[in-house]
Amino acid sequence: MNLQAIRAIYFFEMNRTRRTLLQSIVSPVISTSLYFVVFGAAIGSRITEIDGIAYGAFIVPGLIMLTLLQQSVTNASFGIYFPRFAGTIYEILSAPISYLEIVTGYVGAAATKSIIVGLIILITAFFFVPVRIDHPVWMIAFLLLTAVTFCLFGFIIGIWADGFEKLQVIPLLVIAPLTFLGGSFYSINLLPPFWQKVALVNPVVYLISGFRWSFYGVSDVGVGVSLAMTCVFLVVCIVIVGWIFRTGYRLRN
Amino acid sequence: MHAPKPPTVISVAGLSKTYAGGFQALKNIDLTILRGEIFALLGPNGAGKTTLISIVCGIVNPTIGTVTVDGYDIRDDYRAARSKIGLVPQELTTDAFESVWATVSFSRGLFGKRPNPAHIERVLKELSLFDKKDNKIMTLSGGMKRRVMIAKALSHEPEILFLDEPSAGVDVSLRKDMWQLVRELRESGVTIILTTHYIEEAEEMADRVGVMRKGELILVEEKATLMRKLGKKQLTLELSAPLDGVPTTVANYDIALMNDGRDLVYTYDTKAERTGITTLLEELKRAGVSFKDLHTTQSSLEDIFVDLTSR
Repeated sequence: MNLQAIRAIYFFEMNRTRRTLLQSIVSPVISTSLYFVVFGAAIGSRITEIDGIAYGAFIVPGLIMLTLLQQSVTNASFGIYFPRFAGTIYEILSAPISYLEIVTGYVGAAATKSIIVGLIILITAFFFVPVRIDHPVWMIAFLLLTAVTFCLFGFIIGIWADGFEKLQVIPLLVIAPLTFLGGSFYSINLLPPFWQKVALVNPVVYLISGFRWSFYGVSDVGVGVSLAMTCVFLVVCIVIVGWIFRTGYRLRN
Repeated sequence: MHAPKPPTVISVAGLSKTYAGGFQALKNIDLTILRGEIFALLGPNGAGKTTLISIVCGIVNPTIGTVTVDGYDIRDDYRAARSKIGLVPQELTTDAFESVWATVSFSRGLFGKRPNPAHIERVLKELSLFDKKDNKIMTLSGGMKRRVMIAKALSHEPEILFLDEPSAGVDVSLRKDMWQLVRELRESGVTIILTTHYIEEAEEMADRVGVMRKGELILVEEKATLMRKLGKKQLTLELSAPLDGVPTTVANYDIALMNDGRDLVYTYDTKAERTGITTLLEELKRAGVSFKDLHTTQSSLEDIFVDLTSR
């Protein structure tokens, strides 16, 4: 195990985060705070509560997930795409490191960063709405699992993309709609029966539902199902990353 | 006591590479690099030099064939193989926003070596980069960036150094510094493989030369042997009075009038038993041709190279 290399990649990526603090940390926190103001205060004052939870507090887990998913995909895809774009990837490829070590370094750093953002938003939420966390251990577990899964997903996008446009397309056209439609701001039980069924195809529903359960003990789908679906998605990403490295797809060809 | 290391440090056998688009960049390459030598790889653009280097360094997967580095297969024992190699690629690819110190230290870490500020400092000083260690790379000139890339390659104390077109876009003084460094590295036992377009440098530096053309390694030779084998010499006689044509008595020599009839140029083979110079001069004397000066020139590696690759 080349621990020095994992360390080098991890801290290289974390340094990049520190250099771009405004863009990496401050901007997601500000945009999420705006959601609290708009949804929590303005609209939430008319919705009052869902499943017995004040609306402002109800949206907190969804908002954290929304940001976590976007940050994870963006950070991880950019982290591996940029060396490919700049050409500095040659050094990673020529170094005595295994695929596992490369992924651990990049995905580890990207996940760290999105978890930091997620936690900052959680802390911010305490200032706006009455948040409570019933199952803190599960909360952290869902946070970790989701961050790692979607960082892996971002890593795949970063390898697949051959231009900045493709890099943006997935977060904008796939992740954002799935999160908004995945019950970030509402319970899918509020949907008409047909759309409730459709929503169950959306993997993000399971992430948000499980995460919300860890806060308030209520969920749209069973927490076991949520956990299982998250793990399935994690495994799918691991398999794809494994395939990428085995074939050298877009890296060594 | 350690047993002496075997003389071969890199061994390439039956190596081919066909890119996804169907372009065959390398065709059945066999090559042995000897420990401690400076090996120059020559060839026009697109000949496959960079692909060959990239495969040995692990950047590109080979289609078929095997490569071992210090006895380690580059696929089965990639860690051991790659940790011995430092690579300075052709393109100036740097992390623009990093400091010199950070990027060079990063390289050392990637190669699994513990941090060693003293070594990094030594490398940077040797490359006259130490006073720029805290500068962001984007603020450096092209030549300085090239030095940074060399420093990155040397950060992990490699036994083998690949320099892909190291002189491209580098000014004369840096080139001289660089060649000095290459000599010092060789003194310390590092094997150096370089590709270059500046043939005079290969001529000056290399122990052996390989010539590539269209994905094939068409020649590998001791530089001196190559020069001797393919080297032709020219004797130029500066005539006292210009001639209209070659005197008929010497017409059977490989001889030509140049410079508006003022120079008579005789091309001869240095490896031939007799060069024919003595008899030529006697014949000319008899024909009444007098000359005021004479000199000989040996064909350079460049002439040989152009000759080989244009066939």
